[in-house]
Amino acid sequence: MSEQTSQSETYLKPLPQKDALSAPFWDALHAHELKIQRCADCSRYAFPPVSHCPGCLSTQLAWTAVSGKGKVQAAVTVDHAPMPAFKADVPYNVALVDLAEGVRVWTNVIGCAPAEVVCDMPVEAVFEDVTPDHTLLKFRPAR
Amino acid sequence: MSKRAALSGKYAIVGVSELPVGKFPDQTTLGLHVEATRLALLDAGLKNTDIDGIISHQPRFDPMRDYTLLIAKASGITPTYMTDISSSGEAPVFMAQQAMLAIEAGLCETVLCVHARKGATREGPANVEIREGYDEYFTPYGIAGGIITHAFMASRHMHEFGTTRAQLGAVSVAARKHALLNPNAMMKKPMTIADHAASRPIAQPLHLFDCSLPADGGGAYIVMRIERARAMKNTPVVILGTGKHHVHANLANAPSLTTLGGKVSSQQAFEMAGLKPADMDFAQFYDCFSITTIGAIEDYGFCAKGEGGPFVENGRIEIGGELPVNTHGGLLSQGHIEGMMHVTEAIRQLRHEVEAARQVKNAQLGVVSGHGGHLSSHASLILGRDTR
Repeated sequence: MSEQTSQSETYLKPLPQKDALSAPFWDALHAHELKIQRCADCSRYAFPPVSHCPGCLSTQLAWTAVSGKGKVQAAVTVDHAPMPAFKADVPYNVALVDLAEGVRVWTNVIGCAPAEVVCDMPVEAVFEDVTPDHTLLKFRPAR
Repeated sequence: MSKRAALSGKYAIVGVSELPVGKFPDQTTLGLHVEATRLALLDAGLKNTDIDGIISHQPRFDPMRDYTLLIAKASGITPTYMTDISSSGEAPVFMAQQAMLAIEAGLCETVLCVHARKGATREGPANVEIREGYDEYFTPYGIAGGIITHAFMASRHMHEFGTTRAQLGAVSVAARKHALLNPNAMMKKPMTIADHAASRPIAQPLHLFDCSLPADGGGAYIVMRIERARAMKNTPVVILGTGKHHVHANLANAPSLTTLGGKVSSQQAFEMAGLKPADMDFAQFYDCFSITTIGAIEDYGFCAKGEGGPFVENGRIEIGGELPVNTHGGLLSQGHIEGMMHVTEAIRQLRHEVEAARQVKNAQLGVVSGHGGHLSSHASLILGRDTR
């Protein structure tokens, strides 16, 4: 077996759960693209993925590539892991990032110390392949 | 007069119960509900067969189908009105509004509102817990639970308004002082601002002493028309104002992390009651974390948005201060029963029956907040001592 497979078997953290609604989001991340649903009728972006646009209830939602640029809405340094699989990672950053397109995601800001992540800091998307089949959306300080 | 305001003062609370708060591995969650029911009936001088309406809140760590019906059946109640509120920490506050409306609509006459939980010694199959919703979008990042959710709120509040760790500490210290005056509180040791500052970080900016205490316990109260309430044995505690508001369901779509549903919810309640914040003799603000209290003080209009930090300093929210807050010790130092004890404490304060040291002198009016979910659920309740 390849080294990658054994890595996948030992990855103990929660992994993205793909369903009919979310598969395009996670599949795009796996291809290192960030796509967010956009309503064809009222132009609003929506996240987390939806069956209907929460603004106008349209079902005409198109998965649309977005910039990956954003700003930190709130930043927290986790010292006491809420799940056993994250114990080895403390202290680690968790953040809410507002994308330029007007949606917000839960994420980690990486590439700097957790204490250096502050509100309103500009960040950009990075794609972290945590297993051969799963990619997470993370952010780093904007360059 | 608005339709809502016309209901102010028409309904009252006639019975109340509080179970011991602590760790009770030999009790069941359902059993705690029944015991809270029994004690509330005893307090009111009513029988189980007098209850024809029942409202409960799906216990997060013991989820079962038709939970309210299980309580009713176990308590010998055969209701004509029954509902199960699943909106987390706001539920015990919201129940008062629902009880009032059910009676107003003629669906029933005497409503039991009950909630119990075992947050300290969980029972049942391992890992059975109600999902939060959208979990798959945050758990892969090491995000789970209320602490991180509220740490995001604290992060933003401190950034926008300069709120300090010492101000968060003032909330926790006040709660602890009150808990020391309450025999039914889990925390028995004094806390100083320095103790708060030195407590270990959990999800910064929040530390251990910013967090509530997992607990087992419960409570109940009984609502009926004011005319009937006046013929009962206890001083009626009158429902003067209620409100409810939800702005978002999860943090990804929250328009603000610092102004929450409590703003509109409290405005509704104050308008219904024809009262203003300055009229309140005390406030019982849902305090799952220290920051939640500061946010509520602002949202409820006791000060401007952003001024909650300075407001809580210098003993202003302690008994004897300008606005005593969480006179029972709150979720922070009494124990976390999802806000039911905030309601029961308000009722008992207005009946002038708590221990003398923590009795707010001549308390006539008080406000209670309920808060839950991802900063997403909010209900408000204004109660008054019957003046007739």
